[in-house]
Amino acid sequence: MPVNASTPEMPALQKPIVPERVPAPETVAAALHPPRLATHDFQFYYGAVHALKGISIAMPSNSVTAIIGPSGCGKSTLLRSFNRMNDLIPGVRVEGRVEVSGQDVYAHGIDVVELRRRVGMVFQRPNPFPKSIFENVAFGLNMLGLHDRGELSARVEDCLRRAALWDEVKDRLDRSALQLSGGQQQRLCIARCLAVEPEVILMDEPASALDPTATARVEELVLELKSRYTIVVVTHNMQQAARISNQTAFMLQGELVEFDETRRMFTSPRAKLTEDYITGRFG
Amino acid sequence: MTTSTLESPFKPLPKRRGFDLQGASFTTLAGAAALIIALMVAVIMGNIVLNGWSSVTWEFLSGAPRDGMTRGGIFPAIYGTVLLVLLMVAALVPFGVGAAVYLHEYADQTAWSTRAVRFAVNNLAGVPSIVFGLFGLGFFIQFLGAGIDRALGLDVVYGKPALMWAALTLAMLNLPVVIVTTEEALKTVPREMREASLALGATRWQTVRHVLVPQALPGILTGAILAISRGAGEVAPILFTGAAYFLPFLPSSPTDQFMELGYHIFVLATQSPDIDATRPLLYGTVLVLLALTFLLNLTAITLRARLRASLAGRS
Repeated sequence: MPVNASTPEMPALQKPIVPERVPAPETVAAALHPPRLATHDFQFYYGAVHALKGISIAMPSNSVTAIIGPSGCGKSTLLRSFNRMNDLIPGVRVEGRVEVSGQDVYAHGIDVVELRRRVGMVFQRPNPFPKSIFENVAFGLNMLGLHDRGELSARVEDCLRRAALWDEVKDRLDRSALQLSGGQQQRLCIARCLAVEPEVILMDEPASALDPTATARVEELVLELKSRYTIVVVTHNMQQAARISNQTAFMLQGELVEFDETRRMFTSPRAKLTEDYITGRFG
Repeated sequence: MTTSTLESPFKPLPKRRGFDLQGASFTTLAGAAALIIALMVAVIMGNIVLNGWSSVTWEFLSGAPRDGMTRGGIFPAIYGTVLLVLLMVAALVPFGVGAAVYLHEYADQTAWSTRAVRFAVNNLAGVPSIVFGLFGLGFFIQFLGAGIDRALGLDVVYGKPALMWAALTLAMLNLPVVIVTTEEALKTVPREMREASLALGATRWQTVRHVLVPQALPGILTGAILAISRGAGEVAPILFTGAAYFLPFLPSSPTDQFMELGYHIFVLATQSPDIDATRPLLYGTVLVLLALTFLLNLTAITLRARLRASLAGRS
């Protein structure tokens, strides 16, 4: 990118951009009754670094929301706030509210373990456990105290079918998950996440480590799953956001610049910065 | 690629010298060092195997010492050594792994108390083994053992040198090794594994128990292997805490004393009335001690190789 520095309009990221914030239009707001995921003036700090600056967003049930933006814009931080995965990092501090089904996840006395069961997560790099395929899918169920072999088998099969992986692995459920290809491993991770019956699935660049064919399969899967789950996908890939999401949030330097229906965002963005980003002027 | 045709503003790069003297000397010296080590091991092993081989008979392995240790076998010492090492591992591994898991997963890494514990563990590794022996005598036998006897109103049952106290003393000696290797092993478990487990709604303990420790198990076994190698051969820590010069019976309870190969070697080498008659037995005993250590190690190494294969998905 920096080689071809011929576009004079390219905003220099070194000098602070003050993103103009555009309120979500009525059409998106109307679809949100009630929003499955929401934040209200959410501030996030890594030590002294102010990573999220007053994010207010509301994502509807049974749809796919894409979060796009350049590296370091805070999109993963926002995603990981919904299941409090950020708690693992020492020195973080939050203000404001993050809600899952109307419940404040940072409220005092919240059961974080139960929250993470309800809000599943799929990571950037496929991360199956070095256990068998069956054991991977059954892991969350085992942790809940479910050990009945018959019920486990039925549930594992159901999840693998919903993750479109059953036909490829049904004859080798007791083989190591590490023998699967990268794309299969990622679908296994999705199946593993489905097993504990989450309401929400957070996906942190789920296809960025996969080849185009495997990416297409994961995208198809996301479209199938949205009838039952609320899905949030963080992605670098704007075409991917356009293909799979119902609404898109564009973030820049810790701020939410624009949030709108995906079709409208990619055809007639309201903020100049959004237009510059999705047309590839920077990022 | 247009830049490559441009005239360089610098003078031409220096040409490399034909012969790399430094590199060649270093390679030669390093190779020589490796060769010397291999030779030393070969000489020691060869000497022991050649001289000890003929003494190792079935009678030697299964019999007890006779005639002032100038004849007979070493079975009581083999039996005592195996028992000692197994008891040591049984005490050491759960305790060491527990401490390492606490230090790595639960303790506040910045707290002064955590740093103090780490400092203590590292210093424990530097304490001479004879000091551990004296500690075992003072703490386990005179304080703990005698205390138990008093509390239970017993005669002297626990307050004397015994297999269990010797095993515990050896376990103390090897604790730093197991703690350090387990912590290193826990560090190598990728962050993604921890996150995957927690994101599925597993508790911290479940994550430790079902994800982290299983994946760290090969490293934990490395610690156990090092402990076995050291534990089977250390004499100083058991000298005051349970090893006997000679016993007419095999230990049948953890409170019994026992004979041990390393100590038996010391006895044969220094306490014999007829050194010429003892010499073949001495060689034989050393050979058996080496073989036994090797066998215990081999078992652990095989187990570790299987675990690694299974963790890498080759099973």
